[in-house]
Amino acid sequence: MKYSFFPGCSLERNAAAYLQSTLAIAKPLDLDFQEVEDWNCCGATEYISLNKTAAFALIARNLAQAAKADGLKEMAVPCSACYLNLRKVDKYLGEDARLYKNVSTALAAGGLSYQPGSVTARHLLDIVINDVGYSAIQAKVTKPLKGLRLAPYYGCFIVRPGFGEWDSQEYPTSLDRLLKVLGAEVIDFPMKAHCCGGHMTQVSEATGMEMIRRLIKGAVDYRADAIVTVCPMCQMNLDAFQPNMNRFFRTSYQMPILYFTQMMGIAFGMDAAALGFGSEFISARPVLAKIGVEAPPEQPAPKKSRRDDKSLPMPKMGEQ
Amino acid sequence: MTILTVGSSHAASPQAVSKPLTFLEEVEAATPGNSRLSMCIQCGTCGGSCPSAADMDHTPRQIFAMIRAGLRDEVLSSNTPWFCVSCYYCTVRCPQEIHITDIMYTLKRLSVQARKYDDSRAPDFSRQFITWVENYGRAYELGLMSLFILRHNPFGAIRMAPMGMGMVTKGRLDFTPKSIKGIDGLKAILAKAKELEVSNEV
Repeated sequence: MKYSFFPGCSLERNAAAYLQSTLAIAKPLDLDFQEVEDWNCCGATEYISLNKTAAFALIARNLAQAAKADGLKEMAVPCSACYLNLRKVDKYLGEDARLYKNVSTALAAGGLSYQPGSVTARHLLDIVINDVGYSAIQAKVTKPLKGLRLAPYYGCFIVRPGFGEWDSQEYPTSLDRLLKVLGAEVIDFPMKAHCCGGHMTQVSEATGMEMIRRLIKGAVDYRADAIVTVCPMCQMNLDAFQPNMNRFFRTSYQMPILYFTQMMGIAFGMDAAALGFGSEFISARPVLAKIGVEAPPEQPAPKKSRRDDKSLPMPKMGEQ
Repeated sequence: MTILTVGSSHAASPQAVSKPLTFLEEVEAATPGNSRLSMCIQCGTCGGSCPSAADMDHTPRQIFAMIRAGLRDEVLSSNTPWFCVSCYYCTVRCPQEIHITDIMYTLKRLSVQARKYDDSRAPDFSRQFITWVENYGRAYELGLMSLFILRHNPFGAIRMAPMGMGMVTKGRLDFTPKSIKGIDGLKAILAKAKELEVSNEV
């Protein structure tokens, strides 16, 4: 099965583990991805906050670039924010004649054009579940994730806005079923479709930290070994900001946040290092150890040059 | 006071409207598609579904009542749209199928244009994010985070430092922004779009 492929800025670097594991599982599942030529950033949730026409034109450029690939109507998108933006723009360009006229004029200034409906953005999870299918996935499982308790986490963008429905907006279950097929024990995670807070960690720390805390605590209460995510923004918020959140609330949670593609790769018997393990802040080592998978060698921790407490630096007596 | 009429005014071309738009009409016209804002029945499902409503000056329901009442300044200086995390819970639960998240984006844009919201953090974050996109075609996390933190929270930089260092040692940050090949074409597209946004503004 061949698709055009829109990786998005996060997967280039910050979420390289997601890209690496996506490409690793694509091969055995017979998924052929052709990257969209010279794609640009989707503007996340930021551009639309400042300029409507420019935000739509920015995303429409990607659709126009993807439409150039002959015979490939469907585009696989692993990032939930890119997925939402691409679908949303395609839908509104078809509905809002004035907006379409303006966006077309803008695209023409860059020598491009786009007809709404020519490209269908689909989230990678949707493709894995509905095009590949659970039974084909089950057939590839050589190392079942037996004994792992996993929290499936969907976030907001892939299930909610009704720009393309393939799972429940309130109580999605597709990822739950996928993880069960991989042999894991799946908790009935009550926070599975709640928001990770997006950019709030930067804009209002207290709001952002509280939204992260709810999700981590929810998974800890259910004794999950890890949260499994489908979005680079969710992964970054829950993983990279988890130590900050622990400091903020004086908690000590250690909840690994992993991509569903990484869990698929492990269940297919692939090497953990080839799936991008090791780049997470909260180490996945205990998770892998529980199912007898060797983790890639630990990277040296950065040298601690500063004490954690907030008191003024004072001379100290020897601590013998 | 506006008399609420069923249906949206956004379809009418702005030039054809002789009397000045009410604030409700202005918000509807600036929102893509048919926002259905005038259909609000004030049930409060939106605020009850919102994960960040506790931090908002006004719940979405209150904001919609204020829009109808024409309280333009109060609405555009409220922190409510800036605390919208864009999770779409309200949008999918709204019994009137109002595009609430899209309306929050509209209010952000109008409040930036009117310079009404006095906390500059959220608008600045958006502005700095898109500056990289406009110049390179790609987002650039290191540049965004370092500039943003230095400007708005220099003391917090110490608290953010371990996270930043972790991003570096784990190979999760680029040290230089990447540019797309067609950056000149993209710049031309965005310049034209901005020009149209201003000339068509209603």
